[in-house]
Formats: sequence, structure tokens, C-alpha cells
Amino acid sequence: MPSPMKAKHQRLVLISIAFIGLLAAGLIAAYALRGQASYFYTPGELAAAEVEPGQAIRLGGMVQTGSIKKQADGVTIDFIVEDGKGTVPVRFSGITPALFVEGSGVVAEGRMDRAGFFVADNLLAKHDENYVPREMKDMTSADVKKVAGTVAQP
Amino acid sequence: MIAEFALALLWLAAALALLQLGLGSYALTVRGAQFLPAVRPVAVAQGVLVAVSFALLIVLFVRSDLSVKLVAANSHSLKPLIYKISGTWGNHEGSMLLWITVMGLAGGLIALLERRLNDRTLIATLAGQAFVSLGFYAFLLFASNPFERLNPAPAEGNGLNPLLQDPGLAFHPPTLYIGYVGLSIAFSFAIGAMVTRDVGPTFARAMRPWVLGAWIFLTLGIVAGSWWAYYTLGWGGWWFWDPVENASLMPWLAATALLHSVSVLATRGALKAWTVMLAVVAFSMSMVGTFLVRSGILTSVHAFAVDPERGSFILALLAIYIGGALALFGLRASTVTEGSRFHLFSREGALVMNNVLLVGILGIVLMGTLYPLVTEAFGTKVSVGPPYFNPVSAIFVFPMLVIMAVGPLMRWRQDNGKKLINLMAAPALALAVALALVVLFAGDIAILPLLGLIFAAGLAVASILPLWKRNLRRTPAHIYGMVLAHLGIAVALAGMAAESAFNTEKLVASEIGQTHTVGPWSIELQGIDPIAGPNWTALEARLVTRYGDSATQTVMNPQSRMFSSPPTATSHAALLTRWNGQLYVVLGEEGDDGRWQLRLWWKPFVPLIWYGGLLIGLGGILALVGRTARDLRRKDQPEYEPVAAPADPKPVGGREALA
Repeated sequence: MPSPMKAKHQRLVLISIAFIGLLAAGLIAAYALRGQASYFYTPGELAAAEVEPGQAIRLGGMVQTGSIKKQADGVTIDFIVEDGKGTVPVRFSGITPALFVEGSGVVAEGRMDRAGFFVADNLLAKHDENYVPREMKDMTSADVKKVAGTVAQP
Repeated sequence: MIAEFALALLWLAAALALLQLGLGSYALTVRGAQFLPAVRPVAVAQGVLVAVSFALLIVLFVRSDLSVKLVAANSHSLKPLIYKISGTWGNHEGSMLLWITVMGLAGGLIALLERRLNDRTLIATLAGQAFVSLGFYAFLLFASNPFERLNPAPAEGNGLNPLLQDPGLAFHPPTLYIGYVGLSIAFSFAIGAMVTRDVGPTFARAMRPWVLGAWIFLTLGIVAGSWWAYYTLGWGGWWFWDPVENASLMPWLAATALLHSVSVLATRGALKAWTVMLAVVAFSMSMVGTFLVRSGILTSVHAFAVDPERGSFILALLAIYIGGALALFGLRASTVTEGSRFHLFSREGALVMNNVLLVGILGIVLMGTLYPLVTEAFGTKVSVGPPYFNPVSAIFVFPMLVIMAVGPLMRWRQDNGKKLINLMAAPALALAVALALVVLFAGDIAILPLLGLIFAAGLAVASILPLWKRNLRRTPAHIYGMVLAHLGIAVALAGMAAESAFNTEKLVASEIGQTHTVGPWSIELQGIDPIAGPNWTALEARLVTRYGDSATQTVMNPQSRMFSSPPTATSHAALLTRWNGQLYVVLGEEGDDGRWQLRLWWKPFVPLIWYGGLLIGLGGILALVGRTARDLRRKDQPEYEPVAAPADPKPVGGREALA
């Protein structure tokens, strides 16, 4: 191989390497995003959608009043998430966020199990007065008032 | 009065920026050359004025002057002093003022100190920087005035988000901001050099300290941010691929690539167009980061400006700067002279590959970050997390680690590979030993942590090899810097891999007096005590912990805190660090039966993540100090010989004498 190569030739090779590298990154990313992005559902949408058990999704809605039940182990809770169009039973093991209360909004990350329970790995509740999970912004206005009454700063 | 005075200073500084742009542009024309010397003082004055204005805002916060709207909205008279000060930049307006302050100060410093660069290129750089600043001045003065008064003044302020009341976090935003802004300086240099068609080694040497500085701050900012997330959120994780984290990672990736290509340009005179392009990309990533964090398009603790108007403003600035720079690049790319040639199998070739891989990772992170925003515009809500980012970026990270190990051992221009094969035996051996150890003792662990552990071992050895058979006393500081930074990557990688491979976790509801085990630890809950801090009250657990059969007992006190202003509850984890890992405990709530929830983690070797990060930053500092000292020594040369620096292979042509 002659070396160093001719200037123009070299520039072409470098540009090709960069182009191929970036194209590969883009294609791999696009392919992976289709498979790995986790979709957001409300209970109503979840009933209509066909979601495979085990597929990572996010579920958002209101915690039904009176539905939180603590299990005997002291760290697992069951509760029901509703959005006016449907309900989904949820099971979560862990320390709940400080603002996770009945009648309030929640986004749960996890997956459906075969028994129809949504098993949550993580719960996102109102984090502080300025924080609302992005998905909750589009809920009905009555819900938003309950969830996000103090979103905007005065 | 202070507020009005500070606002007047800010207007004056903006006017000076306009003057800097106008005068600088005119001075570059044939007729305006006599104005060239006038631009530097303007830049210095602009920097001083905006810095004083920012200092006055700090004064207002320290005094808790509640007649200023910003102070009333973000401060509270009972807050500890350090958080009164950090409250200055813990909000949208203040952080924008900090941004423009750092830009102004950097411009002033360039005007004062930079003597190597061709005068015209320097003036074009300062004009470019004034152009970038003006957008932010307009943003501040028209859309987010930090000195706005509130009439009548409220009796008490709103307070600062308790999550932000943390000593580490007080310095995390300014650190990242200085990094972001440093990249704007690199951008201005690139603009300046494109305008005067002066892309060469001298330009690269002038730009390098700023790129290095920005990169150091970004590195430390990311390390601090990750540490903060690790111990304040109480989730036990150290990186969540949250868009806001990605907003700091993307400029870092671009800056890392730029740092390496600027070195090739400075020492070898190659990769000219590529370096300029990277400077544009790096600043674009800063702007994208600022846009993501400040526009309110994301909601997180970082997004204080839930205001679409501001988001549009930043987006418009982004479009103007980047569009303009790309147009300029398109016009001038063909006039950028051909760089020095090299064989692909050479140090330059390795750096090119590394650059491509880094930009590839950047693309992957960028797509994953923007994808949810794009799909939401079409009505589908998705979130993208570790299942995407970890494996997909790994496809590019591991090849990059191989090149990182090999590249510094290669010769410039062309390498014959003979010496390389001998040298690589040591890292290959380290990799094999690590593999054997993991397989023998750790049993089955997932593929990514396994690869991480063995590559970390190989890279750690390879990163030290550039010092092999060198006279250690005469080795320049920047070589040590490179070695440390690369070693830091290996150390951090080992920590990340160990954390995901060997983590053990337990979630319990505990009675008082009950003992639990996690990993080698036994932990007894002795009691729960109420305690009070300056602006919070808390329930604090008394946990007595013991490692293995050791006789030493250590008490740990995780808390759950209730803040009074604004009323918020946060969980305060307790950490116990040993040489081989960290015990991480979180206190949850009390159940109806009187049992307390505890979450316990044993995380072997997790602190290596941040030690590695600090090593990377330290490597950067060594390189910066070493390079600057060298450059300062060389600075005098052109004054004696009116020719370009000897490393510049390009004919100086009919250019004016160097300053």
C-alpha cells in the first residue's frame, strides 16, 4: 500500500469512515429504539392495547381512593390505578415516594404479569411542588387540578 | 438601589457586546484595520461589567432582598448562607446571568492573554463571541430579567427546592455551566478562524486550553451530578439516562472528541475541517443541553422554566448560531487547506477512529434523548431508558476502549505494528487474568458487566504503557495527564461494571431490635429518633452495622426529612464506605404494625466510578497546566522571530506579522 496516501484520496477515505460510522450508529439506534422504548399507557388505553406480559411499559393514572393495601411482608403494596375509563391493579415492592397517596397521580414503570397485575419496579409520584411526570400533563383537567395544582410557580 | 444599578450594568455590558461585534467586524475590513487594537479593551470591559452585575445579584440573595422578584421566588431568610448563595444560580434567570457572566469573563481573558494567534483571527473570535453573547443578553433583558422588582415585597420568600439544598449541588450547576460556556469559546475560535481562513496549528494551540478547561469542568460537573443523584435520590442508582443527565453527557462526548482532534491539529497540522466541525457540534450540544434543561420541555428538578416562550427563544438562538456556523462552514470548508497526510494505521488514524466512535455514541445518546419528544409530537408517549442506552452504546464503547488502549502507543504518520504487538501483550494478559478471576469466583454475571470488568483490567494496564521505558522525569506533564485520564476511564468502568455485577439488595419491614443481613453485612435497627435541622425536621434511624466477623460496629443514620419551606419530604440515605465497596441504607415509612421499611444495598467497588471520574478530571488539569506552561514559555518566540511557530507546516503567505 503506498503511504502516505494522496491527499485527496485520504480525505475521501476519512470522510467515508466517518460517514459509515455515523450511519451505523444512526441505524442501530433507530432499530433499537423501536424495540426498547417503553410505551406509556393509561388504564383505559391499556385495556384496548395488546401488551405482551413482560414487555416494559409505563402506566399512569390516579391512585384509586381506598385501594392501597399493604401486604404482610410490610414492604409490598397493592393498589389500583384508574383514569375514569378503566382500572389496573398494581403491585409494588419498595419504599413509596413521599407524595404517593390515594387520590393522587402516579406513573408506574414496570410490566404486566400473566395474572393481569401490573408489577411496578418504580413509582414516580409528585416529586416536589414543581415536578409532575411529563405524561400526567395531558390528563383531563379535573385530574390535572388534583395532581398538579401547584405546577407553575407564582 | 442595588438591583437597579446591577440592571444598568447589564444593559451597559450588552451595549459593549454590540460594540464589540460591530467594531470587530468593521476592523476586519480593509478600511477598518486601525480599529483592531480597540476591540480587546471593549471585551475586557464587557467581562468586568457583567461580572459585577452577577456579583450584585449574589449580594441581593445573601441579603434576602425580598423586594426583588427572583429572590422572593427562590430564597428564604432562614436558609443557610451557602444555599442563599447557591440559590442565585438555582433558578432560570440567575443561571442565565451566570452563563453570560462566564462568557464575558472568558472573552475578557482571551482579550487580555491571547498573544500567539494572528490578530485578525483573534478579533474575529471576539466578534463571534460577542455575537453569541448578544443572543443571551437579549434573552436575559427581554425575557428573563433577574432584577425585576416585586411591589409590595412579600414578608417571606418561597424557599429553594430542598433537593437542591445540598453542598455538592451548590457547585454542580456552575461547574457544568462553565463547561458549556467554555465550548462556546471553542465555537467562537472556530468562527474566527473560518472567517479569516486561518485554520491551522496556531489556531489549535490557542483554542486547546479552552477546550481542555471546558472538558475538565464538564467532567467534574458530570461526576458531581452523578454523585448527587446517587446519594440524594435514595434510589441506589448513579446514572439514570435521564434526559437532563444526557444533556450534560452529550457536550462531554463532543468535547472529548474535539479535545483529541484539536491535539492532532496542534501537533500534526492535520484534521482541520474535522476539528472546526467538531467545535460547532460541541457548542450545538451545549445549546441542545441548555434547551432541554431550560425550556420546560422536560419536567424534572432541573426544569425551572416551565415557560414555552423561553424554550422557543433558546431554540431560535440554537437555530441562528448553528445554522450560521454551518453556513459559514459550507462556504469556507473548501478553502480550508489540506492538512498533513498520514497513513490510516498511525496515531492520527487511531484518533480519527476514536473520534468517529465518540460521535457515534453521541448520536446514539442524542437519538434516544430526542425520540420521546418526537413521538410525543405525533401523539405517542414513550420513554427510553437503560434497556436502550446500555446495550446500544456498548456496541460503540467497547471498540473505542480497544482503540484507547492501542492509540497512544502508536507512532504519528505511520506505524509498522511490530513494537505494538509486543507492548499489547501486557494488557492482553491482564484481560485474560481478569476473565479467569471473574469466571472462577463470580459465577455467572451478565455479558455487559463481564466485558466491562475485563476491558477495565486491560485498559488500566494499557493506559500506563505510554510511560514504559520513558525517562519519567523528563516526560512532559500532558503525557501524565493523558495516562491519568485514560486510567480514570478504566477505573470508572471497573466501578460501573462491578456495581451492576455484584450489587446485592434487600428490602425489609423491620421491627426495632431486629437484625438483617445484606452481602457480608449484618445490620440492626436499634431505634428511630426525631431530630431537627435549620429548616427541616426528620425521623432518623439508628442502625448498627457490622462487616462479616469484624468486631467494629458502625452506626448509620438514614433520615426521612420534612422541609418547612416549601413543604416537602425527602429521604436522606446513609452511606458507609469501605475499601471494597459501599453500604447504602434508606429509611422508608412506618407501617400500621410499627415496623419500619428499610432498603439496604451492598455495592462492591461502586466508589471507583467517582474516583475514576476524578482521575479523568485530574488528568485534564495536569494536561492543561503542562500545556499552558509550555505555551507560555514558547509565547515569547514570535517576538524574536517574526515567523509562524515552527510546527506550522503551512506557508505564512502574505499575512501580517503575528502579534
